[in-house]
Amino acid sequence: MADRFTVALAQTKPHLGDVARNLRQHEEAVAAARDAGANLVVFPELSLTGYHLKDDVPSVAQRVDGPVVRRLEELSRDVTVVASLVEETSDFRFFNSALWIEQGAVRHVHRKVYLPTYGMFDESRYFARGGHVRALDTGFGRGAMLVCEDLWHASTIYLAALDGALFVVCPSSSPLRGVSEDAAQDDNARFWELITRAYAQTYGIFVVYVNRVGFEDGVGFWGGSEVVDPHGRTLVKAPYYEPGLVTCEIDLAEVRRKRIAAPLLRDEDIDLTLRELTRIRHGAPR
Amino acid sequence: MSAPRTAAPGTEPVPAATDAVRTPPPPLNAKLAHRLLVDFVADEVKKTGVTRVVLGLSGGVDSALAAGLAAEALGAANVLGIKMPYRTSSAESLQHADQVAERFGIESMTVEISPQIDAYFERFPDASASRRGNKMARERMTILYDHSARLGALVLGTSNKTELLLGYGTLYGDMASAVNPLGDLYKVQVWDLARHAGVPHEVVDKPPTADLWVGQTDESELGFAYPEVDRLLYAMIDLRFGRDELVAAGFAPDFVDGVARMVQRSQFKRKLPVIAKLSRRTIDRDFRYARDWGL
Repeated sequence: MADRFTVALAQTKPHLGDVARNLRQHEEAVAAARDAGANLVVFPELSLTGYHLKDDVPSVAQRVDGPVVRRLEELSRDVTVVASLVEETSDFRFFNSALWIEQGAVRHVHRKVYLPTYGMFDESRYFARGGHVRALDTGFGRGAMLVCEDLWHASTIYLAALDGALFVVCPSSSPLRGVSEDAAQDDNARFWELITRAYAQTYGIFVVYVNRVGFEDGVGFWGGSEVVDPHGRTLVKAPYYEPGLVTCEIDLAEVRRKRIAAPLLRDEDIDLTLRELTRIRHGAPR
Repeated sequence: MSAPRTAAPGTEPVPAATDAVRTPPPPLNAKLAHRLLVDFVADEVKKTGVTRVVLGLSGGVDSALAAGLAAEALGAANVLGIKMPYRTSSAESLQHADQVAERFGIESMTVEISPQIDAYFERFPDASASRRGNKMARERMTILYDHSARLGALVLGTSNKTELLLGYGTLYGDMASAVNPLGDLYKVQVWDLARHAGVPHEVVDKPPTADLWVGQTDESELGFAYPEVDRLLYAMIDLRFGRDELVAAGFAPDFVDGVARMVQRSQFKRKLPVIAKLSRRTIDRDFRYARDWGL
């Protein structure tokens, strides 16, 4: 296990429903990441398909043992790849999934557990809901993947941190909305930047957030991908609203330093949480 | 473009809010909105394989802002503004349209619509002003689409959020377009953004008008001022204030009810025509794809 590794954030602009074209985009970004010295390259949510798929979900879906994922596995021989797609299962369910692909094989699949279905979002109409939040042992130490809306639920990162993750990778397709304040970015971007910092500091964890850009049916995505360290510092930031590939080194010794200074996770009382959750779960309906 | 407009049937001008209203006006970060809308036009136009747009240049602020955004997004040489005056259109409108074209460096041309409009209404001399206005709006639409075919261009829309919500536009007339950068901007936001984007001040500061007859203005026809109705619509639509909350916030009950009725009764203008469901997959009901499908 390497204590230090270099991550590349591939802030792409996927083409809606065009997997072949998006796969070429992945090939190019992986090559660029490798040239930049990266050990890990992370793509946005649904990086192989685009976001507003609607009835196109079954047409663009891929099996984890299918040819598109096999190509990604080939790409992962030198550089570990986190890519995101519509995963079709053998019983014909479709998940919004992120894949951890390392040294030529898929090591872990995270199926998005919180599918936003309100306002401008309609994910539960098209996707099955994932049922697990699990950290995994990677070539760079223990980490976890959470997809976009997952991270808006504090419970997911709480579970990932307690499961031993030293870093969380979050592929995202976050749309811009709210052009009201006198700021360099929209309201949604500023909310994300608030929670990534809060979570990173609360759990003494690295947060690797990778968002997409471009417009789909008038909906823009704000980009602004970043790595936040356990002290809440921004190590690298991709541009807002335009594509980019940025890299930075992650030194897991910072997790150690932060957790010595503020051992919040050590003091976390899982039994207390379980007791209270059990009471709430079986108590009077709210 | 400034459009012939008719209020939704059955709605009369309603009294505006008079008391101090305690909801905020629609906010806008003009610098950011400008950048995003330029990106939007570039992205949504170019992904279709097209590099040009055509739009109607009325001399009003909406088409002026749309022209400026398009010129920045696609290059001025890729934007064609078409002036389509009727014989009663004001000379000032045409002069303002020329100023806009010059300001943003876009090409412009004039296609008079008087001959075909007059020829048509010779057969229907009793036609009302609203029929004439709608006919003119649709005539202008066919000209824009014809020139978009000539140039391999898309038609750029200029309807703002206020008129789309109120139904203050002609269905398949000025409301028709391929890409509309202004559809999520209230009129007061259009004014702010137009100033930011460098639209000539004469164009921003004059009273909005459909220019169908001498002295016509939007605000006298609607019966309320844009800043008032935009504040109401922003609270009603964006902030989701209910009727009682709007009244408690200082809006006159008749104003709230009248505007709510206009929004409701013009819903058809914001939708595809109603299709009878017979098959297992009906367009737009259970046949659902993004417009940018495959782009």
